Amino acid sequence: MSAPLRVVIAKPGLDGHDRGAKVIARALRDAGVEVVYTGLHQTPRQIVDTALQEDADGIGLSILSGAHMTLFAEVIALLRQADATDITVFGGGIIPAADTGALREMGVAALFTPGTPTREVTDWVLTHVRPS
Amino acid sequence: MRESESGLPVEPVYGPEALAGWDPAVKLGEPGAYPFTRGVYPTMYTGRPWTMRQYAGFGTAVESNARYRQLIAHGTTGLSVAFDLPTQMGHDSDAPLAHGEVGKVGVAVDSIEDMRVLFDGIPLDQVSTSMTINAPAALLLLLYQLVAEEQGVPAHRLTGTIQNDVLKEYIARGTYIFPPKPSLRLTADIFRYCIAEIPRWNTISISGYHMAEAGASPAQEIAFTLADGIEYVRTAVAAGMDVDDFAPRLSFFFVARTTILEEVAKFRAARRIWARVMREEFGARNPKSLMLRFHTQTAGVQLTAQQPEVNLVRVAVQGLAAVLGGTQSLHTNSFDEAIALPTDKSARLALRTQQVLAHETDVTATVDPFAGSYVVERMTDEVEAAALELMGKVEDLGGAVGAIERGFQKTEIERNAYRIAQETDSGERVVVGVNRFQLAEEEPYEPLRVDPAIEARQAERLAVLRAERDRRAVDAALAGVREAARGDGNLLYPLKDALKARATIGEVCDALREVWGTYSPGETW
Repeated sequence: MSAPLRVVIAKPGLDGHDRGAKVIARALRDAGVEVVYTGLHQTPRQIVDTALQEDADGIGLSILSGAHMTLFAEVIALLRQADATDITVFGGGIIPAADTGALREMGVAALFTPGTPTREVTDWVLTHVRPS
Repeated sequence: MRESESGLPVEPVYGPEALAGWDPAVKLGEPGAYPFTRGVYPTMYTGRPWTMRQYAGFGTAVESNARYRQLIAHGTTGLSVAFDLPTQMGHDSDAPLAHGEVGKVGVAVDSIEDMRVLFDGIPLDQVSTSMTINAPAALLLLLYQLVAEEQGVPAHRLTGTIQNDVLKEYIARGTYIFPPKPSLRLTADIFRYCIAEIPRWNTISISGYHMAEAGASPAQEIAFTLADGIEYVRTAVAAGMDVDDFAPRLSFFFVARTTILEEVAKFRAARRIWARVMREEFGARNPKSLMLRFHTQTAGVQLTAQQPEVNLVRVAVQGLAAVLGGTQSLHTNSFDEAIALPTDKSARLALRTQQVLAHETDVTATVDPFAGSYVVERMTDEVEAAALELMGKVEDLGGAVGAIERGFQKTEIERNAYRIAQETDSGERVVVGVNRFQLAEEEPYEPLRVDPAIEARQAERLAVLRAERDRRAVDAALAGVREAARGDGNLLYPLKDALKARATIGEVCDALREVWGTYSPGETW
């Protein structure tokens, strides 16, 4: 049997709303994924450092503050600098449909907005995040 | 048999046996009298309706000022200021941590210059203003006082509320800066300052709303909120204040869900518990000290991004629950809030919803219309008992702060949030438009966007401010803040001097961080 997937669930920026992040963290854990939750108020640098140190296969970012365009871009740029683009980035939160195209183009593999069943997220992670 | 949101049984039929041994003289009393189950005022809405207070703010002070003037023109009766996250976390708009967040979830306020613009043309002796600000609450209150003084309005005429509830930040909302001990000291300083300087100000809004948004059940929401209230009262009493001097200015803030019956029971139970605690535990004598006055906001987490117009209906039902529960003021959410910031039109519709409740229904015609209802009285008793049990557990852990340090409230709330998510996934909990009655294709919705250029504009304003002001006066005032933070005198006086000298919110908070450090929670999940 292969090692379980490792995913970092992160709250970047100043947003304190972590209900979604915690629900997803629990659901992934229940689905057999090893989850590292960063806690609140993380800078993109801290998140990428955590992912590298933890040898993570994926990073899930939760943003409800409207700062998603800035924060996703910074995390992806830092991964690129660290030559770690094999880490899959996905995310969720209050993200208008009008922004999803630009985020996907930036390299965000999937976005899960309010109302998404947790099962849809865990299934996606299990099929799309690959061991690095 | 169905279970309520608090996990209590709900019988298909209730009759007189549900109230066996129930004595209205003990459980209810008269409206406006102990234990205030029926409401804090004898006449409630028969005299005048609740205060319609719509939470708003985004972008720069100029844009938010325009939105406030518009809301006043449309008939709102109290302002409610939303600050952006950098302001709430005590960072200036040009700080690296503020990047991408400036003006997004509220208005950016860096210094007195922004505060002056925010209230330009709004006579501060005629509106009451609520400010959702916690860790830096003292600073925003002082800026408000300074701007009022510039308008010629003396501080003793100001009315409004600062949220100023740091304990719930540790439990649910996450917008904390300092550790609990200095945070509580600052809260006590605010109480004392307001008694002397701004006596009509509500010095705190002890909040369960954010716990509910994080997943708390109704019983958890009021239990953890009232336990926080008890912690604040103990802090102020320990600082030497007389309970009847500050308790009349304590206020509360709860959510209203679509589950009307249990929500009405919740509000009534909360009033009864608080009155008893204040009288029996703290020996309060002034009836105003016993009154749980509260603001309500409709539950944002119940709103859906799918078929967003349906949220208008949800908000009307939630607002009705708040009114039937006897709220003193109400914010009704805009239907598009699960997608983005409200537009002008959606903000207006939210206010119109309250106006319909106030002027087109008959629920304002008589006080506490559910009194005597078999089910609501029974639920009131049961929610009260469930809340008291949870408050006992908090007490066993050493009170609110002790329980926070062990992650008790947060863990309980998160467990409930996960349960709700699982029920929604399984379809056991119906969410219209999400797991039932979906549309094959959602209609596109164009949300309001905050101009990304405002971050640069705020940074320019700060650069001008820093060049123009008397740097030595600012440094001296900040040194005074640090010294006061190390000592035990009232911090608000040196804070006011610093803000008047045009120190920024980030600079003042940095000075306090140097002395007090910052809070970092042990994450338990």
